[in-house]
Amino acid sequence: MPAPSHNNARRDIALAALAGITPTPGVSKPDPIIVADNVVRKFGGLTAVNVGHLEIQRGAITALIGPNGAGKTTFFNLLTGFDQVDEGSWTFNGTKISGTPPHKVARMGMVRTFQLTKALYRLTVIDNMLLAATKQKGESILRAALPFLWNAQEKAATARSEELLTRFKLIDKRDDFAAALSGGQRKLLEMARALMVEPELVMLDEPMAGVNPALKQSLLGHIKDLREDGMTVLFVEHDMDMVRDISDWVIVMAQGEIVAEGPPNVVMRDKAVIDAYLGAHHDSTLEQDRG
Amino acid sequence: MDFIFIAQQSLSAAVGVNTIIFALAAIGLNMHFGYTGLLNFGQAGFLAVGAYSVATLVVSFNFPLWVALLIGILNSIILALLLGLPTLRLRADYLAIVTIAASEIIRQVARSATFNKYLGGSDGITGKFGKDFFALNPFKSGLNTPFLRYNGNDLWVVVTGWTLVIIVLFVMWLLVRSPWGRVLKAIREDEEAVRSLGKNVYLYKMQSLIIGGIVGSFAGFVYALSRQSVQPDNYGTALTFFAYTVLILGGAARVFAPIAGSIIFWFLLVFIEQMLRQAVSAGYIPEWLIGVNQVGQIRFMLVGLGLMMLMIFRPQGIFGDRKELALDARA
Ligand SMILES: Nc1ncnc2c1ncn2[C@@H]1O[C@H](COP(=O)(O)OP(=O)(O)O)[C@@H](O)[C@H]1O
Ligand SMILES: [Mg+2]
Repeated sequence: MPAPSHNNARRDIALAALAGITPTPGVSKPDPIIVADNVVRKFGGLTAVNVGHLEIQRGAITALIGPNGAGKTTFFNLLTGFDQVDEGSWTFNGTKISGTPPHKVARMGMVRTFQLTKALYRLTVIDNMLLAATKQKGESILRAALPFLWNAQEKAATARSEELLTRFKLIDKRDDFAAALSGGQRKLLEMARALMVEPELVMLDEPMAGVNPALKQSLLGHIKDLREDGMTVLFVEHDMDMVRDISDWVIVMAQGEIVAEGPPNVVMRDKAVIDAYLGAHHDSTLEQDRG
Repeated sequence: MDFIFIAQQSLSAAVGVNTIIFALAAIGLNMHFGYTGLLNFGQAGFLAVGAYSVATLVVSFNFPLWVALLIGILNSIILALLLGLPTLRLRADYLAIVTIAASEIIRQVARSATFNKYLGGSDGITGKFGKDFFALNPFKSGLNTPFLRYNGNDLWVVVTGWTLVIIVLFVMWLLVRSPWGRVLKAIREDEEAVRSLGKNVYLYKMQSLIIGGIVGSFAGFVYALSRQSVQPDNYGTALTFFAYTVLILGGAARVFAPIAGSIIFWFLLVFIEQMLRQAVSAGYIPEWLIGVNQVGQIRFMLVGLGLMMLMIFRPQGIFGDRKELALDARA
């Protein structure tokens, strides 16, 4: 798959779809891929997540922002089946998936990355990619010892992996152990690997954390490409410049609740958002934005 | 000192019956620990289940040997399921605790007076349960050369045992280089990442536990048949840890490591023993320093020392890749 030219056809569609929507927490969207209701997760006395109603628009890039400890990662864990809710339910493409184990969620087309990158260190870069290919015959114990049953499929998956590695500029590292990559390259690998699953919804937990500025630019480009390839993106980020640059819609969490949502320029002027951030810690990028 | 004799004894041990038993036990552990990262500290339990299935079913219940072998495999699968079902969803250390406890329970049950009638209590079972197997032996006269020496029965065990090892190893090699094996290695690195990519981690861990357990029961078959007797205390935790020693000596997650490790382990053990024995009887080592009766213990000390040196100077084992081992620190 060649890198899509940076046309913004899908961006325009996403923006048009979101244009007339009132920027208020829990507002309905014209074509939601995820609809969540009353999602609550408590850790002892602490309510980490308490989301009343939330819809994520299909085909758009949605940013989930909020101060540290707001519950963003926990919310990701809940949606993808890595953690269990105390209350609440949600649908993906109209199907109720609350309570579904993580591997089944992934197979349905909802794939996430982790805040702390999970590259598989003692696997090569290409094996990291191949692992993620779907419906592999050779992954069944009954066929594993009979290579002629899966060789052709493995070749096809290798070709697709190499295309993605080329696109993410990791092809030179093809046969290196993932442990030999830099932090930023691991983030790229994790994203490329997620694409091997052919997801409809990609959920990225702080994809820019610890990435050097040069790589940041290319990561930004890749995320925009996901949308242009027809995927929906939900990502957690702290860097407000980046959020403003690439997101079509922004959701703000504070103390487990959705306190605001709307287009980036609207949300960043929102009183509740500024309070949420200033209440927790001074975030300089937001301060500037205010002035 | 009779160096020809020492060489003959050590080399016969290096490719002998014990080497086969520990190679098989370690091949099973390699699947568990080397490739999947499962801490099975109860491999002795799988050997015991294999060995006792054969001995009990043939001696106490008059089953044909081949049926007893099949039931032995079935029993090892059942043991793997019993160990895995409650633990494989939990953190890795739970499996370690449960397996070490289970293997001790198996040993205690085997030696208990309650089942004396079938399992033979602390004396175990001795009998001609290998009759059908040794009836097939074409090498009844054994082997006597300057470097290798086996009696007829041992030679038959060695020939069939190595054939079994080679077949098992070939299947292992096919499995670990397949996409299935790739999932196992990925689980060893990070289970959650593997889940996030749509793989049912629990299922793979269970399959790994079963396959490694079956290979462990093969080691139990060889153990029982070669001696035509089973004794409960041969299946203690020491057996599991010697199997780990063999695996790590060769280099975990390397297909041939268990064989190399087992050959070296048994060669050294017998070589050191024979050297000491002869040196003591020839008077090179004074009686007050090491008595003939102490040689058996001293050899384990020296082998232990050798293994410590190996871990210091070559922590990755014989076949391992030091760079790969170092990656662990970052993970
Ligand atoms: N496993 C856990 N046990 C207890 N508390 C947790 C756990 N995971 C998260 N928390 C708490 O829940 C809150 C939300 O955390 P998190 O979702 O990681 O926030 P964010 O990703 O927005 O920074 C924090 O107060 C955190 O300490
Ligand atoms: Mg977080």
